[in-house]
Formats: sequence, C-alpha cells, structure tokens
Amino acid sequence: MNLLWLAFTIFAALLGIMLSAKAVDPGMMIHGMIFSIAAVISAFAIISRHYRSIQAPSLTNGNGDVDYNIDIIKAGVIASTFWGVIGFTVGLVIALQLAFPVLNLDLPWTNFGRLRPLHTSAVVFAFGGNILIMTSFHVVQRTCRARLAGDLAPWFVFWGYQLFIVLAATGYVLGITQSKEYAEPEWYVDIWLTVVWVVYLLVFLATLWKRKEKHIYVANWFYIAFIVTVAMLHIINNLSMPVSFAGVKSYSLFAGVQSALTQWWYGHNAVGFFLTAGFLGIMYYFIPKRVNRPVYSYRLSIIHFWSLIFLYIWAGPHHLHYTALPDWAQTLGMTFSIMLWMPSWGGMINGLMTLSGAWDKLRTDPVVRFMVASVAFYGMSTFEGPLMSIKAVNALSHYTDWTIGHVHSGALGWVAYISFGALYFLVPVVWKRKSLYSDALVNVHFWISTLGILLYITAMWVSGILQGLMWRAYDAFGFLEYSFSETVEAMHPFYVIRALGGVLFVIGSLIMAYNLWRTARGDVRQKEAGHLVLNSEMVGARS
Amino acid sequence: MSLFSHKTIEKNSILLVVLSLLVVSIGGLVEIAPLFYLESTIEKVKGMRPYSPLELAGRDIYIREGCYNCHSQMIRPLRDEAERYGHYSLAAESMYDHPFQWGSKRTGPDLARVGGRYSDEWHVTHMKNPRDVVPESIMPGYPFLATTALAVPNIADNLIANKMVGVPYSDEMIAQAAADLNTQVDPDADDVDGLLERYPKAQVRDFDGNPAMLSEMDALIAYLQMMGTLVDFTSYDVDANKR
Repeated sequence: MNLLWLAFTIFAALLGIMLSAKAVDPGMMIHGMIFSIAAVISAFAIISRHYRSIQAPSLTNGNGDVDYNIDIIKAGVIASTFWGVIGFTVGLVIALQLAFPVLNLDLPWTNFGRLRPLHTSAVVFAFGGNILIMTSFHVVQRTCRARLAGDLAPWFVFWGYQLFIVLAATGYVLGITQSKEYAEPEWYVDIWLTVVWVVYLLVFLATLWKRKEKHIYVANWFYIAFIVTVAMLHIINNLSMPVSFAGVKSYSLFAGVQSALTQWWYGHNAVGFFLTAGFLGIMYYFIPKRVNRPVYSYRLSIIHFWSLIFLYIWAGPHHLHYTALPDWAQTLGMTFSIMLWMPSWGGMINGLMTLSGAWDKLRTDPVVRFMVASVAFYGMSTFEGPLMSIKAVNALSHYTDWTIGHVHSGALGWVAYISFGALYFLVPVVWKRKSLYSDALVNVHFWISTLGILLYITAMWVSGILQGLMWRAYDAFGFLEYSFSETVEAMHPFYVIRALGGVLFVIGSLIMAYNLWRTARGDVRQKEAGHLVLNSEMVGARS
Repeated sequence: MSLFSHKTIEKNSILLVVLSLLVVSIGGLVEIAPLFYLESTIEKVKGMRPYSPLELAGRDIYIREGCYNCHSQMIRPLRDEAERYGHYSLAAESMYDHPFQWGSKRTGPDLARVGGRYSDEWHVTHMKNPRDVVPESIMPGYPFLATTALAVPNIADNLIANKMVGVPYSDEMIAQAAADLNTQVDPDADDVDGLLERYPKAQVRDFDGNPAMLSEMDALIAYLQMMGTLVDFTSYDVDANKR
C-alpha cells in the first residue's frame, strides 16, 4: 500500500516538473515547481518512515483502549492555529488598506483586489478547513471507538490540503484567480482539491465502517453532509475550460445569469455546509463533551439535520436580488432563506439547552463561555441573514458593508468561537495534559476578541446602512443628493473602527496561540495552578 | 414504531450519504436548471457580440487584479441606480461573460455602463493614482499596468477556449485574433475595417497614450470603454420579452 503512495508521489513529482518545464506562463512554472517539490518531500518522508520502520498501528493499546490516531489531530491543531493567525492578520491588513489606501503600495502583489481573496480563503479554507478536517478526524474516531482508517491516507488528506492552501494563496498574490468568490483557485488547483477531498470522504467513511457503536453519532451526520455537499458544489461550480493545459487561465463553463446563480448556489452553501453544517458537527460533539451533558433533544437534532440541509441549498438566489436573475428564482430564494430561520434556531436551541443543569459552567469555565457565545452569535446571524434576504431590506443592504458585517458576525462570532472552544478543549486531550496552561488567558482572549467583534459589526452596520441610504437620497429638487465619492468619504471613520476591531481580534488569537503552545509543552501557570478547569479525559490524574 | 424509523439511517453510512446527497440536490436542480431554457435568461439582444481580443485580454486583467471585489457590473432596476448608472442591466449583457462579473460589493461604483463616461486620459491618470482625479477614492493605484507590455501566451487559444464553452467566435475571428489584438490600438493598421466588421462598435485607438507599446493599460481601458456600450437602449424593446 505504501508502495502505491510512493509511486503516486513520484508520478506527481514528474507531473509537476513537466508542467513547470512546458509552462506557457510564469504562474504555471512556479506552481508546477511547488507541486513537484511537495511531491519529492512526500516521497522522501514515506521512504524515511519506512526505514524508521514505524509499525502498522495496532487497534488497541495495552489497556484494551482504542489506539486513536492522535498525531494527525496534533498536526491539525498546529495547522489551524497557524492559518488562523495568518488569515486574521491578512484581514486586518486589508481592513487598514480600505481606511488608508496608501497601504496598497501600488504594487501588483499587495493590492486589495489580490489580498482580499487571500484573506477570505485563509480564514474559510485554511483556518476553517483545517479545523473541520481535524475535528472530524477526532470526533469520528471517538464516537466510533475506532482508530482513524488508513495509515498514510489521513496524512495525504492533511498535507494534500496544506498544498492546496499554498497553491491557492500563492496564486492569488500572483493574480491567478477565476474571479468567483470563495472559489477563486484555478482549474488545476480545483482538480487537486477534488482528489484530496475524495480521499477525505473515504477515510471518514472507512472509519465509520470500523465503528464499534451501532448508531452513527449526530455530529457525524453533519460532517458527512458537509463533505458530500461541498464535493458536489465544488465540482459543479468549478467546471471550466483551460486555455492551455500548461497554463493557469481557464474560462468557466457557464456564462452570465447561469454562471451567477451557479456561483451563488455554491457561495451560499459554502456558508451553509462548510461554515455551518461542518461547524454544527463541532457543536454537537464538543459542547456535550465539555459540559458533560447529553445533547438536549435527539428528535430536535434529527429535524435540525434534515431540514437544515434541505432548506439551505435553496437560499443562493438571495445574493442576486433585483439582478437579471428571473423574479421567481429571487422570490424562491427569499422564501427558503426565511424558512431557514427555523432549523437554524432549532439547532441553536439544541446547542444551548444542552447546558441545562450545567449553566454554572458558563461562570466557571471560560472555554464553555466561548462555546456558548458562539452559539449565541450563530443565533444572531441566522436571524440577521433571513432578514437581509427579504427583497425590500436587500435593496438597501446589498452591495454595502452591512453584508460584510453580517458575514463577520457569523465568521468571527460563530465559526471562530466554536473553533477556539474546540482548540482549547482538544490541546489538553491530545497532548495528554491535565489542564490548559491558563484559564485566565482564555478569559482575556474571550473578552478582547468579543470587544473586537462588537466594534467590527457595529461599525459595519452603521457604514452599510449609512451608505445604502446615501446612495438613494434625493435632494429637494429631485436630484441624487450625493455623488458616489461622497459616500466613500463618509465610510472612513467606520473603516478605522473596523480595523481597530480587527486589531483586537488578532491580539486575541495570538494570546490563544501562546496559551495553546504552553499547554502543549505541559506548562501550568503557577498562579492558577489550584483552580484550573481539569481535562475530563484525565480526571484524577492531577498530582 | 411505525414503518419507518430514523434508526435505519443512523446505522447505515451509505444510506446516510445517499439520502443527504438526494436532499441537497433538489434545491439547486429546481432553481438552476430552468435558467438554461427560459426565454428571459437566454434572450438574444441586438448589439451583443463576443469580446474583441483586446477587450478579452483587458477583461482577463480586470479579473486578475480582482476588480470584482469592489466593483459590481449589475445595475438594479431601482430609481437611484438608473439615475446614477443608467438603464438596468439585462441578462443578455453578460451572456458572453465566462464567468459573470456582477460582483457583490460596491466599495467603488458600478461599472456596467462605464464605457464612454470618462476619457482615456482620465482612466490612465486614475489607474496610476486614483486620488489624482478623485481625492476621496480609496482604490489602489495600478501604475504598473502602463509599464507592463501585454503578454498573452497565445490569444487565439483564449478565443478557442471561449468558443468551447459557447461563445460564438468564428474561425475567422480565431485566425485573426493575434493581428486584431494589435490592430485595435493602431488606427492606421491595415485591417481596421475587418476588425470592425468582426466586432461592431469596437473602439480603435491607442488607449494609454503610449503608441510605442501595447500595454496592459491599453487592454484594460479598451475593456472599460466598451462596457455597456453594445446594446442600443433607444431600440431595445422591453415588452418583447414579456409573456
């Protein structure tokens, strides 16, 4: 089996060299090289692993417990923390560029147009994606009481995904993009991601097949829906015709209105399945684990799951209100977006009510505070979303910063907070530490980043609604009151406030990275030594 | 329990995968599939033609620099937008856009009908440093466009790829693509008439004020100056599309 992987890496190295040598543009030359270097390193790693003769993992360790694949979780924790800090920082940079345009430096590689996809992909796919892959590997092992399937396959998923991130990110800076939001990587990077994704699905399913539990736990349903649906969306939305097989450029299969709805069918469900369904999987495992209570309602989770995945897929057209998309499609998208409010809040209730009888933990455990705040933000942004999908509201909010604020209340408040909660939970578990290095630092992280989020979204609410109103304002003579540039000028103070919010959020993430690093090292902050929240998987181990 | 129990699905991973896939397919099928045959989304409008090679190269630069992050190309049928930007956008106006450039954010103004609004010289100055002409602007400067020669490995291949996804480029257009690229910036070139026949309303002139070089700036401004100029709205019959 390992020989097959080795053959694959050698083939990949040759392919990379060939693409690089035959390249018709500098982009493909660089990417071919990166690809072959990655393949050569992998081949070397596989060979040296063989000679270090790491034994095929046994299914159980000495005590009869399952010998879980923990190394892959550790790698995932490190990668997601790393990409998180990078992604938030690039976000801060582009926020500052909007407040102070001189920071674009007038260079091709540093202008807002190229860095904005770098930010969105870094936070959604690099940070969020690593969190999803890592937590899904942890959850599926634990809830199936089985070691992760495959020996090298999970590592292929991990490193293959990092390679996807590097190709996408370097591509943006070099100006390689399909110009479809959240689907910017070009055709060859898309093919690579498809390969990685198929192996990911197989690893996940094969682990389920090994399970010692009859039932597949609810968190895994959400992970499955996320993996399968993202595959469908990714493949269909990225269908395109390369100009040359040795060049980066391609033209999308669909044009105009068909291309628009396909893209927003993809785009909205990148939110619905990548940033929601997958992260709900995290909620359904980590909240019950952390507060040591069962999920509030089993029935509610069934209804939550099926209604959420059925309704979400219809909501895409609300990104295209009042455009050349036919009215019936817009209205359908709006109707389903409003209906989506119900399963969203059903899920929120299921998450929050899981704390029944354990609400005191909100006071005593700062990690629980992150998790509860994340579900609360989830509730807020899934209320705001349906509101903004109403055509009359959308006429005002569309094209403005209100959308940006809405996205960030979901991305920072919900996605990032539940991820932080999972990271704080996981590091002591996989590094086998009795507690975090410091709970006080978790608390500082919580408040500093919450303040950051509040500054961010309130600034965007004001700037968005203000600009929307200014665009449509008429003077006493029936003329448009403001020129476009006057509305841009009015945004400046809010862009500064937003950047300030970003500064706080980045500082918070650095505090987390420090805390996790000290925890992994096995340090305990002496001042807090007596009253840290203990890792429940090592109870009684404290000396 | 009755005939069906959810436990069946919970115990069978393949069933769970298949049912999930089924449930998530419905919405997309119902909403997207009709767009490929409904009259209002595939109507032909007089004046629409494929991009000339130079315009296409300019559009590729527009995409490369991520202009779509801040500029929309979709005027909504709202009073203020019609007054600020012009006639609302028709589906047909982006029928040759692979992919669409409607955008989702207006950090800068809509560009669907920016063609002919400003002079070439204004665009050149604006691209080099936007604040020289619009003091409040927060747009990045793109001075490098004027100093970079337009480098497309083989423009005919770009036309061929577009043709394969449905843009009606003729064999003649493809054969002449490389020549047309240069002809459009040179009013004294031999085949200007041929270019105009292939691409009616194409604007032929040196766009960036530097006839010595065919620059990326030439291509981008050629694209910007044709945007929204193809359809003649004095002859567009709104009612013809009502049914």
